[in-house]
Amino acid sequence: MSEWLAGAPWMMLAIMLPLAGALVAFLLPRHSALVGLGAGLLTACAALAVMLQVAADGRQAYQLGGWPAPLGIELVADGLSVLMLAMTAVVGVAVSVYARVYLADSPDKVRRFWPLWLFLWAALNALFQAGDAFNLYVTLELMGLSAVALVALSGSGPALSGAMRYLLVSLLGSLSYLVGVALLYHAYGTLDLALLSERADGGLQLAVPLGAMIAGLLLKTGLFPFHIWLPPAHGSARAPVSALLSGLVVKASFYLLLRLWFTFTPEGQGVPLLLGSLGATAIFWGSIQALRQKRLKLLVAYSTVAQLGYLFIAFPLANLEPALAWGGSIYLALSHAMAKGAMFLAAGSIMTQGGHDEIDELDRVVERMPLTLAAFALSGISLAGLPPSGGFVGKWMLLQAAMTQGSWFWALVIIVGGLLTATYVFRVLGFAFTKSPHEHERHDVPATMEWTALVLALGAVLLGFAAPWALPLLEGVLP
Amino acid sequence: MSSGLLFACGGLGLLAIGLWALVLRAHLIRKVLAVNVMGSGAFLLLVGAGSMGETGVDPVPQAMVITGIVVAISATALALALVLRLANATGKPALPEDRERDLMDEGGR
Repeated sequence: MSEWLAGAPWMMLAIMLPLAGALVAFLLPRHSALVGLGAGLLTACAALAVMLQVAADGRQAYQLGGWPAPLGIELVADGLSVLMLAMTAVVGVAVSVYARVYLADSPDKVRRFWPLWLFLWAALNALFQAGDAFNLYVTLELMGLSAVALVALSGSGPALSGAMRYLLVSLLGSLSYLVGVALLYHAYGTLDLALLSERADGGLQLAVPLGAMIAGLLLKTGLFPFHIWLPPAHGSARAPVSALLSGLVVKASFYLLLRLWFTFTPEGQGVPLLLGSLGATAIFWGSIQALRQKRLKLLVAYSTVAQLGYLFIAFPLANLEPALAWGGSIYLALSHAMAKGAMFLAAGSIMTQGGHDEIDELDRVVERMPLTLAAFALSGISLAGLPPSGGFVGKWMLLQAAMTQGSWFWALVIIVGGLLTATYVFRVLGFAFTKSPHEHERHDVPATMEWTALVLALGAVLLGFAAPWALPLLEGVLP
Repeated sequence: MSSGLLFACGGLGLLAIGLWALVLRAHLIRKVLAVNVMGSGAFLLLVGAGSMGETGVDPVPQAMVITGIVVAISATALALALVLRLANATGKPALPEDRERDLMDEGGR
């Protein structure tokens, strides 16, 4: 039995299970929630199995249908891939459990949510395991299309225009990436990432395609100043969808950026410095905008803009301290996925309870839903980077990388950014304790919704303890 | 000038035209069309760059273009459906920031 379990093609199953689940959920609209939840749990198990395989035996490769690359499609999983797969599995299961209850009173939304979300999950898992540049393009597009459809799910005017803008930006980003792929194939005659890293020799014929690909991915990741589309899309979607977009979808394009960077290891200091400066600007701009927002979900969405900036601080620091800088950035991405997922789920519960999400009008949330407020506070702790949270480990590693090479500027950015994060989290918490001058409707929030957000937030805080186990997985992946 | 190079340059031209329209035009159908023009440009670049070698035409770029066309069709279908929904919900096929503009560009540019 255990041999059979170890030999099963888990990498392929992690993609096929959600895909099959999506089709079944679409064909059986009445049972879509049940089918979706079941397929989600199975997918998470498959992702976990891939992680165990990689942890035990190192890098894994699987040829779909037995056809070898370049004609066939080869799946590859290494330490970085499995960390991302695990992140998707954890956030995905939490969002699935939450969404089943959250959407229960709108049957037409349920029918559409589950197939789209499972398609998104399949695209994410395929993206994290794709081994060549063109398959990455296809998975990137699959992810973008299902994410856009999920934003449009709520059907309101702001959500539709948010989705439309997101779609146009996403298509532009993937086209830019595709142009890069075309030029790369022309220059080196292969799209396999492993072969490309051997053949790529620098110079203009690498710089132009890589530049086009990176620009497209920055657009899709929403790094300042390309973040314009992000807050409207993430802020106007339904709560579980926002959690997926902010937690997972932007991380996928960041993962792809890292993967390209590790494959080609471009030389020179200009581009890393530029990316780092944009990241620093994103931290300040996003935090200040978050402080100015009147609506809770927009505050959380701008916080995503700020936290994405942190991920790019690693680029200028990686020259001298690659392990610390990249490790910190990746760990920050993992913990942000969980913390921001939990924060959006908590915001969704607060919105369900009060029927609105005006921050100034929050009415004694702490008395009415202590669990949800605890989830919000705990995810805020992880975002601000207080120990022992995952955010603390990531920021600490980045800080160490900055200190050991005497880059005080970057260290200052990291510290001040943390303070700003704490400020906007406490702004929400402050209003949660007070009584609103106006009367608001009150609805009961199912306990499942409150507990899911709390468990996910606790996971983000406790993620710090998993670092000694998770970080060694990255050995051999980092340049 | 080989035909491959000609195709590749044509592709780059289409990309530029598409980008220009995508950024400057307000009507969403025009934006969707612009993305399609850009897509054709990218495909032309793929095929053109692929046929520039000495060994004859390479099948891999052709396979990629076919996959790319499937993706582009799905994206266009989704985009058009969204445009319809948006026009029904808000009364005008434009994003909020472009709503004040003359969508038919009759006033010239």
